[in-house]
Amino acid sequence: MSPFWTLLARDLKLAARSGGGAALALSFFALVATLVPLGVGADLKLLSRIAGGILWVGAVLAALLSLDRLFQGDFEDGSLELIALSPLPLEMTALAKIAAHWLSTGAALTLLSPLLALLFNLAPYPTLVLFLSLLIGTPAVSAVGAIGASLTLSLKRGGLILPLIILPLLAPVVIFGAGAVAAVMDGFSPNGGLGLLAAFSLAAVLLSPFAAAASVRLNLGS
Amino acid sequence: MNWLFKYANPHNFMRLSGVVLPFTAIGAALGIAAALWLGFSAPPDYQQGRTVLILFIHVPAAILATAVYGAIAVCSLLSLVWRHPLSDTAARAAAPFGALFTALGLITGALWGKPMWGTYWVWDARLTSFLLLLFLYMGYMALWNAIEDETRAARAAAILALVGAVNIPIIKFSVEWWSTLHQGESIVSGKLAPVFLAPLLLMMTGYALLFATLWMVRIRTAIIERRARGLMQGAA
Repeated sequence: MSPFWTLLARDLKLAARSGGGAALALSFFALVATLVPLGVGADLKLLSRIAGGILWVGAVLAALLSLDRLFQGDFEDGSLELIALSPLPLEMTALAKIAAHWLSTGAALTLLSPLLALLFNLAPYPTLVLFLSLLIGTPAVSAVGAIGASLTLSLKRGGLILPLIILPLLAPVVIFGAGAVAAVMDGFSPNGGLGLLAAFSLAAVLLSPFAAAASVRLNLGS
Repeated sequence: MNWLFKYANPHNFMRLSGVVLPFTAIGAALGIAAALWLGFSAPPDYQQGRTVLILFIHVPAAILATAVYGAIAVCSLLSLVWRHPLSDTAARAAAPFGALFTALGLITGALWGKPMWGTYWVWDARLTSFLLLLFLYMGYMALWNAIEDETRAARAAAILALVGAVNIPIIKFSVEWWSTLHQGESIVSGKLAPVFLAPLLLMMTGYALLFATLWMVRIRTAIIERRARGLMQGAA
């Protein structure tokens, strides 16, 4: 197995065995979706109207939960230095960690979303668009999040500053993702929103490993 | 590039900025005073009445809010690529002013929005992107303050500033696609009457010079602080 896949498998295993894997993010996501109707009222018409936005915001927040540990655990016990010494470029390491984070949060959240959409009385077609938009957009959350995680990896309380850093950068994801769902509900095509979301996501996954690797390097150096 | 690195030496920078500082300070005071005078003597707008005066503090603040982020991004690039030693200090010193101008733009915009649009806040593209810009500034400053080691903090903040610089156009474009109520620009396209344009341009110059003055003062303070720390460590 190549170093990339080894690292990916290891991180997935670690996520599953130490942090409960996707369970934490999924429960958080479900809880947010439960609290919203309690807050805004049980009007199904209103709920189906705001479902796309609420579920998108909930998914982004749920993905944030485990993000601060992306590099931190390996940094604290020294394994990050050994990984950095391995033949695998640090950029690929960052990509493997992004992929592992996405598989254990973003992908799982995407799979859960149709069920929660049901609770919000979302029609089948908008639910499909929501599912697709989460599938396309959540990798960008993990990728942009990895930049924040690597910048704050040496901080004791990095979890507090991380959302402040990356949430403004994630605004386009929420706009395009929830926008695609809203477009469908208004009878328009979701292609524009989904296409822009895909473009943002591809660019984020492609570019952020470089930024993340650069900031891991500066934290390891001297 | 050589001229740029001449002033990377703190000593050279101190000498140059010491000479320039009084001129920019006086220029800022004159520009703002003249703009206020012209602005108050301008006739009220046929639609907006006296509230048009907000234009003169709102627009320059908004322009500087984005310009300061640009300055921070350039400084960050200089620091990451060429290890220009003074640009970290410069980037850090500029951030609070950027946040301040952004906040000023938002507050004056809200006060202007109430009589014109009937509400203090609308989720309009321009307003939303400025709110996000304010959060970006806050995150940038928080990162600077959170990391104790100064060199590391500088590099981390520089990376964040550059990531933000790449993302800001996307944020702006996405928010614009999302909702727009704010009017488009009217300075370059010549839709603004000369009687308002003159004080506006003067005010912009005044704001820019004010920023330059305060920025230099803050960089100088940081340099002096570092020297003082060095002296105290030498004495101890």
